[in-house]
Amino acid sequence: MSESNTYSLTMRVNGRDITVEIGADELLVDVLRDRLGLTGTKIGCGQGECGACTVIMGGQPVLSCLLPALRAQGQEITTIEGLSDGQTLHPLQQAFIDHGAVQCGYCTPGFIMSAKALLDANPHPTRDQIKEAIAGNLCRCTGYVKIVEAIEAVAGDAG
Amino acid sequence: MWQAYEIATSVEGALAILDRYGGRARLIAGGTDLVIELQEGKRQVECLVDITRIPGLDRIEQHGEQSDWITLGANVTFRQIKESPLLQQHARVLVDAAATVAALQIQAVATLVGNLVNAMPAADGSVALTALDAEAEVAGSSGRTWRPIGDLFLGPGRSAVDPTRQMITAIRFRALQAGQGSAWGRIGRRRALTLPILNCGVSVGLDDSRERFTWARIGLGPVATVPFRAREAEAFLAGRPAGDEIYSLAAEIAAGECHPRSSLLRASKEYRVEALKVLIRRGLASAVANSLSTLGRPLSSATQRGAGPG
Repeated sequence: MSESNTYSLTMRVNGRDITVEIGADELLVDVLRDRLGLTGTKIGCGQGECGACTVIMGGQPVLSCLLPALRAQGQEITTIEGLSDGQTLHPLQQAFIDHGAVQCGYCTPGFIMSAKALLDANPHPTRDQIKEAIAGNLCRCTGYVKIVEAIEAVAGDAG
Repeated sequence: MWQAYEIATSVEGALAILDRYGGRARLIAGGTDLVIELQEGKRQVECLVDITRIPGLDRIEQHGEQSDWITLGANVTFRQIKESPLLQQHARVLVDAAATVAALQIQAVATLVGNLVNAMPAADGSVALTALDAEAEVAGSSGRTWRPIGDLFLGPGRSAVDPTRQMITAIRFRALQAGQGSAWGRIGRRRALTLPILNCGVSVGLDDSRERFTWARIGLGPVATVPFRAREAEAFLAGRPAGDEIYSLAAEIAAGECHPRSSLLRASKEYRVEALKVLIRRGLASAVANSLSTLGRPLSSATQRGAGPG
Protein backbone atom coordinates (compact mmCIF):
# COMPACT_ATOMS: atom_id res chain seq x y z
CA MET A 1 0.00 0.00 0.00
CA SER A 2 1.33 3.39 -0.92
CA GLU A 3 1.15 6.47 1.25
CA SER A 4 -2.17 8.26 1.21
CA ASN A 5 -2.29 11.31 -0.99
CA THR A 6 -3.05 14.72 0.46
CA TYR A 7 -6.00 16.69 -0.82
CA SER A 8 -7.21 20.21 -0.41
CA LEU A 9 -10.82 20.20 0.77
CA THR A 10 -12.79 23.42 0.44
CA MET A 11 -16.26 23.67 1.88
CA ARG A 12 -18.52 26.17 3.56
CA VAL A 13 -19.02 25.22 7.19
CA ASN A 14 -21.53 27.14 9.29
CA GLY A 15 -21.39 30.03 6.84
CA ARG A 16 -17.60 30.22 6.73
CA ASP A 17 -15.46 29.17 3.78
CA ILE A 18 -12.70 26.87 4.91
CA THR A 19 -9.93 24.93 3.21
CA VAL A 20 -8.12 22.09 4.93
CA GLU A 21 -5.45 19.68 3.81
CA ILE A 22 -6.62 16.14 4.44
CA GLY A 23 -5.81 12.55 3.61
CA ALA A 24 -7.79 10.69 0.95
CA ASP A 25 -9.61 8.47 3.41
CA GLU A 26 -10.61 10.90 6.12
CA LEU A 27 -14.29 10.90 6.98
CA LEU A 28 -16.32 14.07 7.23
CA VAL A 29 -16.98 13.56 10.95
CA ASP A 30 -13.24 13.37 11.67
CA VAL A 31 -12.47 16.48 9.65
CA LEU A 32 -15.20 18.39 11.46
CA ARG A 33 -14.15 17.22 14.91
CA ASP A 34 -10.39 16.83 14.72
CA ARG A 35 -9.33 19.40 12.14
CA LEU A 36 -11.96 22.08 12.64
CA GLY A 37 -12.56 21.51 16.36
CA LEU A 38 -16.30 21.19 15.87
CA THR A 39 -16.77 18.49 18.46
CA GLY A 40 -20.50 19.06 18.81
CA THR A 41 -20.95 16.48 16.08
CA LYS A 42 -20.67 13.13 17.85
CA ILE A 43 -19.49 9.69 16.86
CA GLY A 44 -21.82 7.07 18.28
CA CYS A 45 -21.86 3.79 16.39
CA GLY A 46 -19.63 4.88 13.52
CA GLN A 47 -21.72 2.67 11.25
CA GLY A 48 -24.66 4.79 10.18
CA GLU A 49 -27.10 3.38 12.70
CA CYS A 50 -27.43 5.93 15.49
CA GLY A 51 -27.58 9.39 13.89
CA ALA A 52 -25.29 11.06 16.46
CA CYS A 53 -23.06 12.33 13.64
CA THR A 54 -25.91 13.97 11.67
CA VAL A 55 -25.01 17.23 9.93
CA ILE A 56 -26.78 19.11 7.16
CA MET A 57 -25.14 19.00 3.75
CA GLY A 58 -26.74 20.81 0.85
CA GLY A 59 -29.96 21.17 2.84
CA GLN A 60 -30.29 17.50 3.69
CA PRO A 61 -29.47 15.63 6.88
CA VAL A 62 -26.60 13.21 6.29
CA LEU A 63 -24.42 10.96 8.41
CA SER A 64 -20.94 12.43 8.60
CA CYS A 65 -19.47 9.13 9.86
CA LEU A 66 -20.23 7.44 6.52
CA LEU A 67 -19.15 10.21 4.19
CA PRO A 68 -15.65 10.46 2.81
CA ALA A 69 -14.77 14.08 3.61
CA LEU A 70 -13.87 14.73 -0.01
CA ARG A 71 -17.47 14.00 -0.89
CA ALA A 72 -18.17 17.39 0.76
CA GLN A 73 -15.89 19.23 -1.69
CA GLY A 74 -17.59 22.56 -2.50
CA GLN A 75 -20.62 21.76 -0.34
CA GLU A 76 -22.34 23.77 2.35
CA ILE A 77 -22.29 22.06 5.73
CA THR A 78 -24.14 23.04 8.88
CA THR A 79 -23.22 21.53 12.25
CA ILE A 80 -24.72 22.07 15.69
CA GLU A 81 -22.19 24.89 16.29
CA GLY A 82 -23.78 26.81 13.42
CA LEU A 83 -27.17 27.14 15.06
CA SER A 84 -26.88 29.55 17.95
CA ASP A 85 -26.59 33.28 17.43
CA GLY A 86 -23.76 34.16 19.77
CA GLN A 87 -25.04 33.42 23.27
CA THR A 88 -28.62 33.11 22.05
CA LEU A 89 -29.63 29.54 21.49
CA HIS A 90 -31.47 28.44 18.37
CA PRO A 91 -35.20 27.91 19.11
CA LEU A 92 -34.71 24.14 18.72
CA GLN A 93 -31.89 24.11 21.26
CA GLN A 94 -33.97 26.14 23.70
CA ALA A 95 -37.01 23.93 23.16
CA PHE A 96 -35.01 20.75 23.86
CA ILE A 97 -33.98 22.27 27.21
CA ASP A 98 -37.44 23.59 28.03
CA HIS A 99 -39.16 20.28 27.26
CA GLY A 100 -36.68 18.05 29.07
CA ALA A 101 -35.63 16.46 25.80
CA VAL A 102 -31.98 16.25 26.89
CA GLN A 103 -30.61 13.78 29.40
CA CYS A 104 -27.06 12.65 28.79
CA GLY A 105 -27.03 14.86 25.70
CA TYR A 106 -24.84 12.72 23.51
CA CYS A 107 -27.50 12.16 20.85
CA THR A 108 -28.88 15.70 21.09
CA PRO A 109 -26.84 17.44 18.37
CA GLY A 110 -27.85 14.76 15.88
CA PHE A 111 -31.51 15.06 16.80
CA ILE A 112 -31.41 18.82 16.54
CA MET A 113 -29.76 18.72 13.12
CA SER A 114 -32.37 16.26 11.86
CA ALA A 115 -35.10 18.49 13.25
CA LYS A 116 -33.56 21.59 11.73
CA ALA A 117 -33.37 19.99 8.29
CA LEU A 118 -37.03 19.07 8.61
CA LEU A 119 -38.18 22.53 9.71
CA ASP A 120 -36.07 24.24 7.05
CA ALA A 121 -37.89 22.23 4.38
CA ASN A 122 -41.26 22.04 6.10
CA PRO A 123 -41.92 24.63 8.83
CA HIS A 124 -45.23 23.04 9.83
CA PRO A 125 -44.74 19.28 9.91
CA THR A 126 -47.27 16.83 11.29
CA ARG A 127 -46.35 14.67 14.27
CA ASP A 128 -45.80 11.74 11.91
CA GLN A 129 -43.47 13.81 9.74
CA ILE A 130 -41.49 14.75 12.85
CA LYS A 131 -41.24 11.10 13.84
CA GLU A 132 -40.06 10.17 10.36
CA ALA A 133 -37.47 12.95 10.40
CA ILE A 134 -35.89 11.67 13.63
CA ALA A 135 -36.33 7.95 12.92
CA GLY A 136 -32.65 7.78 12.04
CA ASN A 137 -31.58 9.10 15.43
CA LEU A 138 -31.38 6.88 18.48
CA CYS A 139 -31.71 8.08 22.08
CA ARG A 140 -31.04 5.61 24.89
CA CYS A 141 -31.99 7.92 27.78
CA THR A 142 -35.23 9.84 27.43
CA GLY A 143 -37.26 7.98 24.88
CA TYR A 144 -38.67 10.08 22.13
CA VAL A 145 -41.85 11.73 23.40
CA LYS A 146 -40.17 14.80 24.86
CA ILE A 147 -38.00 15.17 21.80
CA VAL A 148 -41.04 15.11 19.53
CA GLU A 149 -42.77 17.60 21.82
CA ALA A 150 -39.79 19.95 21.70
CA ILE A 151 -39.75 19.92 17.90
CA GLU A 152 -43.52 20.33 17.78
CA ALA A 153 -43.26 23.40 20.02
CA VAL A 154 -40.85 25.09 17.61
CA ALA A 155 -42.93 24.08 14.60
CA GLY A 156 -45.99 25.58 16.29
CA ASP A 157 -44.18 28.82 17.13
CA ALA A 158 -43.01 29.19 13.57
CA GLY A 159 -46.56 29.60 12.42
CA MET B 1 -8.54 2.67 4.01
CA TRP B 2 -8.00 4.14 0.56
CA GLN B 3 -5.06 6.19 -0.68
CA ALA B 4 -6.65 8.23 -3.45
CA TYR B 5 -10.01 9.84 -4.12
CA GLU B 6 -10.89 11.01 -7.59
CA ILE B 7 -13.97 12.91 -8.64
CA ALA B 8 -15.21 11.84 -12.08
CA THR B 9 -17.02 14.30 -14.31
CA SER B 10 -18.23 11.88 -16.98
CA VAL B 11 -19.04 8.19 -17.33
CA GLU B 12 -16.13 7.77 -19.74
CA GLY B 13 -13.88 9.61 -17.31
CA ALA B 14 -14.92 7.32 -14.44
CA LEU B 15 -14.25 4.23 -16.53
CA ALA B 16 -10.87 5.62 -17.58
CA ILE B 17 -9.86 6.07 -13.94
CA LEU B 18 -10.97 2.52 -13.14
CA ASP B 19 -8.99 1.28 -16.11
CA ARG B 20 -5.91 3.18 -14.99
CA TYR B 21 -6.03 1.47 -11.59
CA GLY B 22 -6.56 -1.98 -13.15
CA GLY B 23 -9.04 -3.30 -10.58
CA ARG B 24 -7.65 -1.42 -7.57
CA ALA B 25 -10.17 1.44 -7.78
CA ARG B 26 -13.89 1.27 -7.13
CA LEU B 27 -16.85 3.53 -7.81
CA ILE B 28 -18.55 5.29 -4.91
CA ALA B 29 -21.89 7.12 -4.91
CA GLY B 30 -23.75 7.13 -1.57
CA GLY B 31 -21.11 4.91 -0.02
CA THR B 32 -23.32 4.02 2.93
CA ASP B 33 -22.52 0.31 2.58
CA LEU B 34 -19.11 0.62 0.95
CA VAL B 35 -17.50 2.86 3.57
CA ILE B 36 -18.42 0.39 6.32
CA GLU B 37 -17.11 -2.54 4.30
CA LEU B 38 -13.85 -0.70 3.72
CA GLN B 39 -13.58 0.20 7.40
CA GLU B 40 -14.14 -3.40 8.38
CA GLY B 41 -11.57 -4.59 5.88
CA LYS B 42 -14.12 -6.62 3.93
CA ARG B 43 -13.03 -4.85 0.79
CA GLN B 44 -9.76 -3.20 -0.14
CA VAL B 45 -9.29 -0.46 -2.70
CA GLU B 46 -6.52 1.92 -3.54
CA CYS B 47 -8.74 4.60 -5.01
CA LEU B 48 -12.38 5.63 -4.71
CA VAL B 49 -13.93 7.16 -7.81
CA ASP B 50 -16.72 9.56 -6.83
CA ILE B 51 -19.44 9.53 -9.50
CA THR B 52 -21.85 11.90 -7.75
CA ARG B 53 -20.68 14.94 -9.74
CA ILE B 54 -21.32 13.43 -13.17
CA PRO B 55 -23.96 15.68 -14.74
CA GLY B 56 -27.33 14.20 -15.66
CA LEU B 57 -27.14 11.02 -13.63
CA ASP B 58 -29.50 12.37 -10.97
CA ARG B 59 -32.57 12.40 -13.21
CA ILE B 60 -35.83 10.50 -13.11
CA GLU B 61 -37.31 10.65 -16.61
CA GLN B 62 -40.08 9.28 -18.77
CA HIS B 63 -39.32 8.32 -22.31
CA GLY B 64 -40.32 6.00 -25.12
CA GLU B 65 -42.85 6.50 -27.91
CA GLN B 66 -45.73 6.66 -25.48
CA SER B 67 -43.72 7.82 -22.50
CA ASP B 68 -44.13 4.31 -21.23
CA TRP B 69 -40.63 3.80 -19.84
CA ILE B 70 -39.16 5.36 -16.74
CA THR B 71 -35.39 5.74 -16.41
CA LEU B 72 -33.46 6.57 -13.25
CA GLY B 73 -29.84 7.70 -13.47
CA ALA B 74 -27.09 6.12 -11.41
CA ASN B 75 -27.04 8.92 -8.86
CA VAL B 76 -30.76 8.95 -8.07
CA THR B 77 -31.11 8.63 -4.30
CA PHE B 78 -33.80 6.90 -2.31
CA ARG B 79 -34.95 10.30 -1.13
CA GLN B 80 -35.51 11.46 -4.72
CA ILE B 81 -37.45 8.27 -5.43
CA LYS B 82 -39.60 8.73 -2.35
CA GLU B 83 -40.46 12.28 -3.32
CA SER B 84 -41.05 11.72 -7.05
CA PRO B 85 -44.68 12.31 -8.11
CA LEU B 86 -43.95 10.42 -11.34
CA LEU B 87 -42.88 7.30 -9.47
CA GLN B 88 -45.69 7.66 -6.95
CA GLN B 89 -48.12 7.39 -9.83
CA HIS B 90 -46.40 4.77 -11.95
CA ALA B 91 -44.16 2.71 -9.67
CA ARG B 92 -45.68 2.77 -6.20
CA VAL B 93 -43.73 -0.31 -5.13
CA LEU B 94 -40.43 1.47 -5.61
CA VAL B 95 -41.52 4.60 -3.76
CA ASP B 96 -42.73 2.63 -0.75
CA ALA B 97 -39.60 0.48 -0.77
CA ALA B 98 -37.38 3.58 -0.84
CA ALA B 99 -39.21 4.92 2.20
CA THR B 100 -38.31 1.78 4.18
CA VAL B 101 -34.57 1.99 3.51
CA ALA B 102 -32.74 2.76 6.77
CA ALA B 103 -33.64 6.38 7.61
CA LEU B 104 -33.67 9.84 6.05
CA GLN B 105 -29.94 10.47 6.48
CA ILE B 106 -29.16 7.32 4.52
CA GLN B 107 -31.92 7.93 1.97
CA ALA B 108 -30.44 11.36 1.25
CA VAL B 109 -27.23 9.94 -0.19
CA ALA B 110 -27.72 6.20 -0.84
CA THR B 111 -28.57 5.36 -4.43
CA LEU B 112 -30.79 2.71 -5.99
CA VAL B 113 -27.96 1.70 -8.31
CA GLY B 114 -25.66 1.25 -5.31
CA ASN B 115 -28.27 -1.02 -3.78
CA LEU B 116 -28.28 -3.06 -6.98
CA VAL B 117 -24.50 -3.38 -7.28
CA ASN B 118 -24.21 -4.30 -3.63
CA ALA B 119 -26.31 -7.35 -4.56
CA MET B 120 -27.74 -8.24 -1.16
CA PRO B 121 -30.78 -10.53 -1.31
CA ALA B 122 -32.58 -8.40 1.29
CA ALA B 123 -32.01 -5.04 -0.41
CA ASP B 124 -35.31 -3.19 -0.51
CA GLY B 125 -34.48 -1.34 -3.72
CA SER B 126 -33.38 -4.49 -5.54
CA VAL B 127 -36.44 -6.48 -4.48
CA ALA B 128 -38.76 -3.67 -5.60
CA LEU B 129 -36.96 -3.50 -8.95
CA THR B 130 -37.39 -7.25 -9.29
CA ALA B 131 -41.16 -6.73 -9.08
CA LEU B 132 -40.86 -4.10 -11.82
CA ASP B 133 -38.85 -6.41 -14.10
CA ALA B 134 -36.27 -3.65 -14.39
CA GLU B 135 -33.19 -3.49 -16.59
CA ALA B 136 -29.84 -1.86 -15.91
CA GLU B 137 -27.53 -0.18 -18.36
CA VAL B 138 -24.00 -1.46 -17.82
CA ALA B 139 -21.12 0.60 -19.18
CA GLY B 140 -17.69 -0.92 -19.58
CA SER B 141 -14.77 -1.15 -21.95
CA SER B 142 -16.96 -2.83 -24.57
CA GLY B 143 -19.62 -0.10 -24.56
CA ARG B 144 -23.07 0.07 -22.98
CA THR B 145 -25.68 -2.70 -22.82
CA TRP B 146 -29.06 -3.07 -21.13
CA ARG B 147 -29.34 -6.20 -19.01
CA PRO B 148 -32.25 -7.62 -17.00
CA ILE B 149 -31.45 -7.00 -13.33
CA GLY B 150 -32.19 -10.65 -12.56
CA ASP B 151 -29.02 -11.52 -14.49
CA LEU B 152 -26.89 -9.26 -12.33
CA PHE B 153 -27.35 -11.00 -8.97
CA LEU B 154 -24.85 -13.85 -8.56
CA GLY B 155 -25.06 -14.40 -4.81
CA PRO B 156 -25.04 -12.49 -1.51
CA GLY B 157 -22.89 -9.42 -2.15
CA ARG B 158 -21.82 -10.71 -5.55
CA SER B 159 -22.90 -8.81 -8.66
CA ALA B 160 -22.22 -9.56 -12.31
CA VAL B 161 -21.30 -5.88 -12.55
CA ASP B 162 -17.76 -5.28 -11.36
CA PRO B 163 -17.55 -1.76 -9.89
CA THR B 164 -13.79 -1.84 -10.24
CA ARG B 165 -14.17 -2.03 -14.02
CA GLN B 166 -17.79 -1.29 -14.93
CA MET B 167 -20.55 1.11 -14.04
CA ILE B 168 -24.33 0.90 -14.02
CA THR B 169 -25.35 4.21 -15.55
CA ALA B 170 -29.13 3.86 -15.39
CA ILE B 171 -32.08 1.68 -14.48
CA ARG B 172 -35.27 1.47 -16.54
CA PHE B 173 -38.64 -0.24 -16.32
CA ARG B 174 -42.09 0.10 -17.82
CA ALA B 175 -44.31 2.68 -16.14
CA LEU B 176 -47.40 1.06 -14.68
CA GLN B 177 -50.46 2.24 -16.60
CA ALA B 178 -54.20 2.30 -16.02
CA GLY B 179 -55.32 -1.15 -14.89
CA GLN B 180 -51.86 -1.94 -13.53
CA GLY B 181 -50.67 -1.46 -9.99
CA SER B 182 -47.99 -2.31 -7.47
CA ALA B 183 -47.42 -2.56 -3.74
CA TRP B 184 -44.66 -3.01 -1.18
CA GLY B 185 -44.63 -4.87 2.11
CA ARG B 186 -41.91 -5.33 4.70
CA ILE B 187 -41.45 -6.81 8.13
CA GLY B 188 -38.62 -5.57 10.35
CA ARG B 189 -37.97 -5.41 14.06
CA ARG B 190 -38.65 -1.71 13.98
CA ARG B 191 -39.71 0.69 11.25
CA ALA B 192 -36.44 2.51 10.66
CA LEU B 193 -32.75 1.59 10.62
CA THR B 194 -33.31 -2.11 10.43
CA LEU B 195 -32.75 -4.86 7.92
CA PRO B 196 -35.90 -6.61 6.74
CA ILE B 197 -36.96 -9.95 8.20
CA LEU B 198 -38.85 -10.21 4.92
CA ASN B 199 -39.77 -7.87 2.13
CA CYS B 200 -42.11 -8.26 -0.80
CA GLY B 201 -42.79 -6.23 -3.93
CA VAL B 202 -45.78 -6.97 -6.14
CA SER B 203 -46.92 -5.59 -9.47
CA VAL B 204 -49.99 -6.69 -11.40
CA GLY B 205 -51.85 -6.07 -14.63
CA LEU B 206 -55.60 -6.64 -14.88
CA ASP B 207 -57.66 -7.32 -18.00
CA ASP B 208 -60.21 -4.89 -19.43
CA SER B 209 -62.91 -6.13 -17.06
CA ARG B 210 -60.50 -5.34 -14.19
CA GLU B 211 -61.45 -8.68 -12.68
CA ARG B 212 -58.72 -11.02 -13.88
CA PHE B 213 -54.95 -10.90 -13.80
CA THR B 214 -53.27 -10.73 -17.17
CA TRP B 215 -49.93 -10.92 -15.40
CA ALA B 216 -48.36 -10.60 -11.96
CA ARG B 217 -44.83 -10.26 -10.64
CA ILE B 218 -43.79 -11.09 -7.09
CA GLY B 219 -40.34 -10.11 -5.81
CA LEU B 220 -39.22 -11.45 -2.43
CA GLY B 221 -36.27 -11.01 -0.12
CA PRO B 222 -34.32 -12.37 1.65
CA VAL B 223 -35.54 -15.87 0.87
CA ALA B 224 -32.74 -17.08 -1.39
CA THR B 225 -29.16 -16.11 -2.18
CA VAL B 226 -30.40 -13.40 -4.54
CA PRO B 227 -33.53 -11.21 -4.76
CA PHE B 228 -36.16 -13.79 -5.63
CA ARG B 229 -38.97 -13.89 -8.20
CA ALA B 230 -41.84 -16.24 -7.40
CA ARG B 231 -42.37 -17.30 -10.99
CA GLU B 232 -44.57 -20.31 -10.26
CA ALA B 233 -46.98 -18.15 -8.31
CA GLU B 234 -46.86 -15.53 -11.07
CA ALA B 235 -47.75 -18.14 -13.70
CA PHE B 236 -50.59 -19.39 -11.51
CA LEU B 237 -52.08 -15.90 -11.23
CA ALA B 238 -52.12 -15.13 -14.97
CA GLY B 239 -55.70 -15.43 -16.22
CA ARG B 240 -57.17 -16.07 -12.78
CA PRO B 241 -59.71 -13.79 -11.08
CA ALA B 242 -58.52 -11.27 -8.48
CA GLY B 243 -59.78 -12.19 -5.01
CA ASP B 244 -58.77 -13.42 -1.56
CA GLU B 245 -58.99 -17.10 -2.37
CA ILE B 246 -56.64 -16.78 -5.33
CA TYR B 247 -54.25 -14.59 -3.31
CA SER B 248 -54.02 -17.31 -0.65
CA LEU B 249 -53.32 -20.02 -3.23
CA ALA B 250 -50.66 -17.88 -4.90
CA ALA B 251 -49.06 -17.20 -1.52
CA GLU B 252 -48.88 -20.95 -0.79
CA ILE B 253 -47.23 -21.58 -4.15
CA ALA B 254 -44.72 -18.76 -3.64
CA ALA B 255 -43.86 -19.98 -0.14
CA GLY B 256 -43.18 -23.41 -1.62
CA GLU B 257 -40.78 -22.21 -4.28
CA CYS B 258 -38.41 -20.20 -2.09
CA HIS B 259 -36.29 -21.10 0.91
CA PRO B 260 -36.32 -18.71 3.86
CA ARG B 261 -33.81 -19.83 6.48
CA SER B 262 -33.78 -19.59 10.22
CA SER B 263 -31.57 -16.66 11.12
CA LEU B 264 -30.52 -15.24 14.46
CA LEU B 265 -30.48 -11.84 12.81
CA ARG B 266 -33.97 -12.14 11.39
CA ALA B 267 -36.34 -14.85 12.63
CA SER B 268 -37.06 -18.57 12.47
CA LYS B 269 -37.77 -20.28 9.20
CA GLU B 270 -41.21 -21.33 10.47
CA TYR B 271 -42.18 -17.76 11.30
CA ARG B 272 -40.81 -16.39 8.07
CA VAL B 273 -42.66 -18.88 5.86
CA GLU B 274 -45.98 -17.96 7.48
CA ALA B 275 -45.26 -14.24 7.47
CA LEU B 276 -44.22 -14.44 3.83
CA LYS B 277 -47.66 -15.72 2.87
CA VAL B 278 -49.29 -12.83 4.67
CA LEU B 279 -47.04 -10.32 2.91
CA ILE B 280 -47.87 -11.82 -0.48
CA ARG B 281 -51.63 -11.88 0.14
CA ARG B 282 -51.57 -8.27 1.33
CA GLY B 283 -49.28 -7.28 -1.51
CA LEU B 284 -51.57 -8.71 -4.15
CA ALA B 285 -54.65 -7.09 -2.62
CA SER B 286 -52.89 -3.71 -2.36
CA ALA B 287 -51.50 -3.91 -5.89
CA VAL B 288 -54.97 -4.67 -7.25
CA ALA B 289 -56.42 -1.76 -5.28
CA ASN B 290 -53.60 0.43 -6.58
CA SER B 291 -54.35 -0.64 -10.18
CA LEU B 292 -57.99 0.38 -9.77
CA SER B 293 -57.06 3.73 -8.28
CA THR B 294 -54.89 4.58 -11.29
CA LEU B 295 -57.74 3.77 -13.70
CA GLY B 296 -58.06 6.32 -16.43
CA ARG B 297 -55.17 8.43 -15.22
CA PRO B 298 -53.10 9.08 -18.33
CA LEU B 299 -49.36 9.35 -18.25
CA SER B 300 -48.23 12.89 -17.81
CA SER B 301 -45.42 14.11 -20.00
CA ALA B 302 -43.58 15.72 -17.13
CA THR B 303 -39.88 15.10 -16.81
CA GLN B 304 -38.32 15.46 -13.44
CA ARG B 305 -34.88 16.65 -12.72
CA GLY B 306 -33.24 15.32 -9.64
CA ALA B 307 -32.65 17.56 -6.70
CA GLY B 308 -29.75 15.64 -5.23
CA PRO B 309 -26.63 17.21 -3.79
CA GLY B 310 -23.88 18.43 -6.10
